[in-house]
Amino acid sequence: MKSGKYLAAALLLASISSVGLSGVAYGETTAPDAVKFVDDEVSKSLTGAAGNVESGRKVFANRKQGNCLACHANKDLASQPFHGEVGPPLDGVADRYEAAALRAILVNSKIALNEDTIMPSFYRLKNGVRTADKFVGKTVLSAEQVEDVLAYLQTLKDE
Amino acid sequence: MKIGLKTISALACTLCVSVAVGGSAYAGPDDSSLIIEGQNIATDVKAPEGSAFDQLYSGWRFRATETQSLQEDDFENPAFVAVDQAIEEFHNVDGSAGKSCADCHSDVSDFKDVRASLPRWNAKTNKPETLENIINECRTERMGAKAWKWESTQMLGMTALVGLQSRGSAVNVQTDGPMAEWFERGKKLYYTRVGQLDMSCAHCHENNFGTMIRADHLSQGQVNGFPVYRLKWQGLGSIHRRFKGCMDNIRAKPYKRGSDEFIALELYVASRGAGLSVETPSVRN
Ligand code: HEC
Ligand code: HEC
Ligand code: HEC
Repeated sequence: MKSGKYLAAALLLASISSVGLSGVAYGETTAPDAVKFVDDEVSKSLTGAAGNVESGRKVFANRKQGNCLACHANKDLASQPFHGEVGPPLDGVADRYEAAALRAILVNSKIALNEDTIMPSFYRLKNGVRTADKFVGKTVLSAEQVEDVLAYLQTLKDE
Repeated sequence: MKIGLKTISALACTLCVSVAVGGSAYAGPDDSSLIIEGQNIATDVKAPEGSAFDQLYSGWRFRATETQSLQEDDFENPAFVAVDQAIEEFHNVDGSAGKSCADCHSDVSDFKDVRASLPRWNAKTNKPETLENIINECRTERMGAKAWKWESTQMLGMTALVGLQSRGSAVNVQTDGPMAEWFERGKKLYYTRVGQLDMSCAHCHENNFGTMIRADHLSQGQVNGFPVYRLKWQGLGSIHRRFKGCMDNIRAKPYKRGSDEFIALELYVASRGAGLSVETPSVRN
């Protein structure tokens, strides 16, 4: 009983410290309001590190996260049903855009794409009026998730 | 028996809808035409001058064939369970005056064309009134009965029954005179970006109708078929419920059903469908 509890506590500590450690390893996270756009691009990683392709792929497809498939078709995720057609297909998008341009599109589509775009801005605090209480003061994706999606987008190349 | 059949076909079609949509994404409305009980329903009309569209389309034209067919036959239309119940309710005595609707309105068909011009100006309250407002006014002021809740079974059934009397009539709401201010207010709401996902109604229903958004085929967001029977809801829902749903989806705080904002929005959206036939009660997925 007792040792079970200790073990759980130790595991918890270990996982907290690993989060802390990776935080240190990744360096400073840029706050949404502090992201610098130069010529409609964002060259600096929001976390100070490169994202993870596999998590990015998941965030891209997840309906409660990126939900990119709502509007974009993507052959790499052909296993997932229902690809939207509101935006252009993202096959080969890495051939069309540099990382800094893609990051800017993700952070704030209204700056990087066009002011009237339907595409959400994934790392910006000031969104539409009457944002539901539980989303106030929150970005759609975290800095880490943006970098993960970016890493994933960079794998979308036409052969 | 009747109910059982309808439920089964509704369920079966929930499945076939998703299969059909997954199988073939196509752009634009389809070219089917809608005839119910021998009556021609105009599901597209040339847009009036000043419209954001060239052609207006009913939401019916964007639904899968299986969903469409449920609306082509009143026996198949699952909304008619509620309509039948409302016919009973119409003759039901309720409230301190000891009256039923039928005591004053001998025949529901007297309501022909009422739905087509709602919301309309009410000089007494000095604001526009929706069908829900009208029915509740009769209940509270003329029957001495309690107002029905906006989304109650009774209100949905009764708005479906009254709306059905206008089926086939062209939508035609007043937007000038005292309505002008409300029209402008609704228009502003329609084009305002809301919610964390930062979209206005126009982003989906004006700029992108005809395209697939994930599994949904985007329509012009018309209100000519309300209350609608949604397979997803397994029942009828009001215009304001749909507005709320769309606002929830973009992570916005919806206005309340029956609020001035939603009444203004209803007026504006109704005006965007001027000329389309009333389809109440329609079927959607
Ligand atoms: C509500 C619809 C919508 C969603 C959701 C959405 N986008 Fe977009 N996206 C668009 C549209 C539309 C465009 C084209 C620009 C325009 O018309 O405004 C676009 C453009 C892009 C482009 C530029 C593509 C090119 O070839 O020019 C990229 C990259 C992109 N989106 C990535 C994403 C990613 C990644 C996600 C998910 C994190 C996402 N989008 C979610 C609608 C959307
Ligand atoms: C005591 C009589 C009375 C009762 C009972 C009554 N109404 Fe009315 N109703 C009226 C009157 C009077 C009007 C206003 C008529 C007019 O403006 O032409 C009206 C108007 C309406 C209208 C608008 C008709 C139009 O042509 O614009 C509708 C719809 C309506 N009632 C539905 C109902 C329903 C449903 C019930 C039962 C829940 C009901 N009424 C009960 C007297 C009554
Ligand atoms: C993210 C896209 C999106 C936005 C933004 C949006 N809707 Fe919708 N709406 C939908 C989808 C998807 C449906 C179901 C398919 C269809 O009919 O378009 C729908 C359905 C509707 C319908 C039902 C149409 C019918 O034929 O039964 C109405 C009415 C409607 N929306 C109104 C609105 C209003 C008003 C707003 C703004 C407050 C709004 N929508 C914002 C996506 C959206």
